[in-house]
Amino acid sequence: MNIKQYISSGILELYVYGALSEKENAEVYEALKEHPEIEEEIKEIEKSLMQLSAASAPYNPESVFNRIKDKLSFTNNEVDVIPITRKRTNWTAYIGWAASVALLIGLFVQFNKNKDLRQQVVKSQIDQILLEGKINLAEENLSKAKTLLSVLRDKDILQIPLQAQKIDPTAHASVYWDKEKQTAYIDVAGLPTPPPGKVYQVWSLKLDPLTPTSLGILDTFNENETKIFSFTNTNESEAFGITLEPEGGSASPNLEQLYTLGVVES
Amino acid sequence: MQSNELILQLQQKNEKAFQRIYEMYAENIFGVIYNILRDQNLSEEVLQDVFIKVWNKADSYSEKKGRFFTWMLNIARNAAIDKTRSVAFKNSQQNQTADYFVDILEEKSNFSGKIDAIGIKKYINVLEPICKKVIDLLFFKGFTQKEASEELDIPIGTIKTRNRICIDKLREVLAV
Repeated sequence: MNIKQYISSGILELYVYGALSEKENAEVYEALKEHPEIEEEIKEIEKSLMQLSAASAPYNPESVFNRIKDKLSFTNNEVDVIPITRKRTNWTAYIGWAASVALLIGLFVQFNKNKDLRQQVVKSQIDQILLEGKINLAEENLSKAKTLLSVLRDKDILQIPLQAQKIDPTAHASVYWDKEKQTAYIDVAGLPTPPPGKVYQVWSLKLDPLTPTSLGILDTFNENETKIFSFTNTNESEAFGITLEPEGGSASPNLEQLYTLGVVES
Repeated sequence: MQSNELILQLQQKNEKAFQRIYEMYAENIFGVIYNILRDQNLSEEVLQDVFIKVWNKADSYSEKKGRFFTWMLNIARNAAIDKTRSVAFKNSQQNQTADYFVDILEEKSNFSGKIDAIGIKKYINVLEPICKKVIDLLFFKGFTQKEASEELDIPIGTIKTRNRICIDKLREVLAV
């Protein structure tokens, strides 16, 4: 078969028109099954005719489809490809959205609960730390008090009251001196709070001739609640005195600022 | 374009496949029907009947008989010609002067997206009068070659090749 001649005879156009006899129709079908070029040609003729016939429509009759659907009693959700997928998507979307919203609310509630719980935990932890600190402090204070008590009760300890001097007649202090342990406890609860920039300094004195030796400064006067300070005292002290000195202390006492003085009775 | 799988689904009464087919062919079939009836309401009625028939008789289509498009074309033309015998049609034709599909194309201003509107308009301008008549009778009205040769008073042997030339021109402007 001369395919070109066959194609140009115009029989394929009539085939698409449906204008051939049954016999001719069968012949074309045989030919197109055998020769892909013929089938290709038929498709192209059809394509151009579809354009031509669509152009001959006064409008695209999309709306008629709904009437057909009704006539055929289609179950609406099967027919409408686009609306249906939409409908289905809608359902899944609705469920999805509902689930999302529920999840969000749930998450929000959980988040808040979680936040509250966390805050509670943090608060508890802070409380616990504070309590622990208080207990430690109390234990410390207790042990200090016990030490002091034991010092006071110790018969080997010398108690030296320090008397007020001219500068402040109300001032007084006490020294508890453990000679064996070479420790001196100074109770300064009776001294006024030192003015800013000044500090009390404790002296060990030898009286003849008058030789002062510094035991230390009470630089934590305000912080020390018991107002009892302990110093190492290796001196053969004959008296104790407390003077007010500039911050950091002095090499020798300023006797004009002598607050208290007491002599060791032997 | 014809999809054998889609047609198979249609024959298995797949409603989605039917909708797909409607979307593919309804405008073409409507054009053919309208070219015969020249009345929008009647044409819609016929279009509806045609697609109901396509749904109900899909089983009777076979690839061996021809293109699916051709099969629907036959149903549409027969249904439209049946309609021309109705009273409604006769009443609708009183002021009808247009004869050929070309008249529709010339009046038409809005084409759907499926159509190469520029190509179609260009085609009408270059179309010879004999082509208008041949295509109108053979394609749109479903005449046989013999009927067309008698109607147009031209030898039956020249109908086929003449039509071929007319369609070639159409394919040329549509670049198909």
